Amino acid sequence: MPPSDPGGGDAPAPHLSALYQEVILDHYRRPRNRGTLEHPDVAVAKKNPLCGDEIHLHLAFDGDRVREVRFTGQGCAISQASASMMTQALAGKTAAEIGAVARRFSEMVAGDPAAARDAALGELRALAGVAKIPVRHPCALLAWNALAEALSTRG
Amino acid sequence: MSALIDRDEFPLLARAPELVYLDSAATTQKPRAVLDALRAYYEHDNANPHRGAYALSARATERYRAARERIARFFGLADADCAIFTRGTTEALNLVAASWGRANVGAGDEIVVSGAEHHANFVPWQQLALERGARFRICELAPDGRIDLDQLRAMLGPRTKVVAFHHVSNVLGTINPVREIAELAHGVGALAVCDGAQGAPHLPVAFDQLGVDFYALSGHKMLGPMGIGVLLGRREVLERMPPYMMGGDMIEFVHDDRSTWNVLPHKLEAGTPNVGDAVGLAAAAELLDAIGMDRVRAHEQALVRTAYERLSAIEGVHVYGPAPDARSGVVSFTVGDVHPHDLATILDARQVCIRAGHHCAQPLMRRLGVAATARASFYVYNDESDIDALVAGVRTAKELFGHATV
Ligand SMILES: Cc1ncc(COP(=O)(O)O)c(C=O)c1O
Repeated sequence: MPPSDPGGGDAPAPHLSALYQEVILDHYRRPRNRGTLEHPDVAVAKKNPLCGDEIHLHLAFDGDRVREVRFTGQGCAISQASASMMTQALAGKTAAEIGAVARRFSEMVAGDPAAARDAALGELRALAGVAKIPVRHPCALLAWNALAEALSTRG
Repeated sequence: MSALIDRDEFPLLARAPELVYLDSAATTQKPRAVLDALRAYYEHDNANPHRGAYALSARATERYRAARERIARFFGLADADCAIFTRGTTEALNLVAASWGRANVGAGDEIVVSGAEHHANFVPWQQLALERGARFRICELAPDGRIDLDQLRAMLGPRTKVVAFHHVSNVLGTINPVREIAELAHGVGALAVCDGAQGAPHLPVAFDQLGVDFYALSGHKMLGPMGIGVLLGRREVLERMPPYMMGGDMIEFVHDDRSTWNVLPHKLEAGTPNVGDAVGLAAAAELLDAIGMDRVRAHEQALVRTAYERLSAIEGVHVYGPAPDARSGVVSFTVGDVHPHDLATILDARQVCIRAGHHCAQPLMRRLGVAATARASFYVYNDESDIDALVAGVRTAKELFGHATV
């Protein structure tokens, strides 16, 4: 075997290029709504003990509508981008509307092609590629599990 | 360097020629010799040992005894009955903490571990200390990643009951001076317990010369089957330990109001033993002895040196732990801001298997100041082409994440 390293890696598999695309990396490196709320109506934390990914979610409501949302956390590009995009998708929505988006998102992660095309998911559709990588589903869903808990805590 | 044992000897690797298996610190692949030994035991000699009054049961008993003897010899333990079979390192360490610990550690006593222990050699002691009102103390690491012996020396005192430490770190690959640490522990009358999960598969181990009271290991990390491990111990200490679990095989007489215990090793092996896997592990020991642990060590060093140099040469890659010559066959690293889990996914798409995460060593990760690392680990079936695949995969990951990694 030659001791010298090749100049670069080979082209990545297509499903990976589809997953690690610009928009995901952008949310990973410049997360939106990152931070905490001084007076959240609900605060929840979720951790994936297997890999250490972590999401803290703060929500403030106006009646039934989400007024403000912030998150902090750490982890892989998928978990953090998913959280960042989720917070953008929540603003101004009612709990019922959020539930519908969350359901659609889980369907997309589970591999439903119609969900992956659904305009209601907006930018979140960039995460459709994760469907093909079952071991990473928990990463994509972590923030959404935190959200489900937040909504159920609020009742 | 080519493989020390050909991939063809490992049915899983032979079946998947493209697979690049770099997670042997988690568990190794199994050679045909071990799989054959398992099958032969079940096809020819299987019965419940110690119990049946018939020739087949006697044969199973003999196979079990011979496996223990073979494994004890492999680890340089003359008194084979002081090799206690367990499910693995975790059970072996829990056995010591539960049996010896409960009998000997009281309020105000001290238990010392290092900051780089696997959870299996950290949590049982932490919990024992909490239960007993003992003080749980953590010795930090020196800059070279080994246990800081000066700090350890200063920490030990008349209240120290146990010093529990790892032979080889599963994250950094650092090799600790076992004999020196055992001497320090014994100097204050404390028990020396060594987690050998990453030592036993990779370094020659001569238990009777190591000086420790206990050495715990897992068969599945050294070519053996899952579900079998060993606690190597000193008779003097084992004899004074109360049983860990109660049931069949471990008793001598059961009266209505009390019981007496069987002799070693049976006192500490309650229930029907795992004969099949013990036989499998003995076959693994046979194979490793035939190659020679010195050669296993040299092979891994050559691989680890190459991997270390080639990974370090990539911009943005940070390798944790000591220089290659001072480590075992483990390389933990990070690649810019590519999270280790993303890296593992990208490598997995190229059939390169690495570990990513905290490696069951959260206290150490805190000390390193990282949440997760990627880890490649090597064994007898790896060769330089595996490192080529690893390095190429890391470069692909860097490109995928763009060069502006911050
Ligand atoms: C250093 C160390 N200690 C303990 C263990 C636990 O071994 P097992 O899971 O086989 O009981 C491991 C392996 O994961 C290890 O690397």
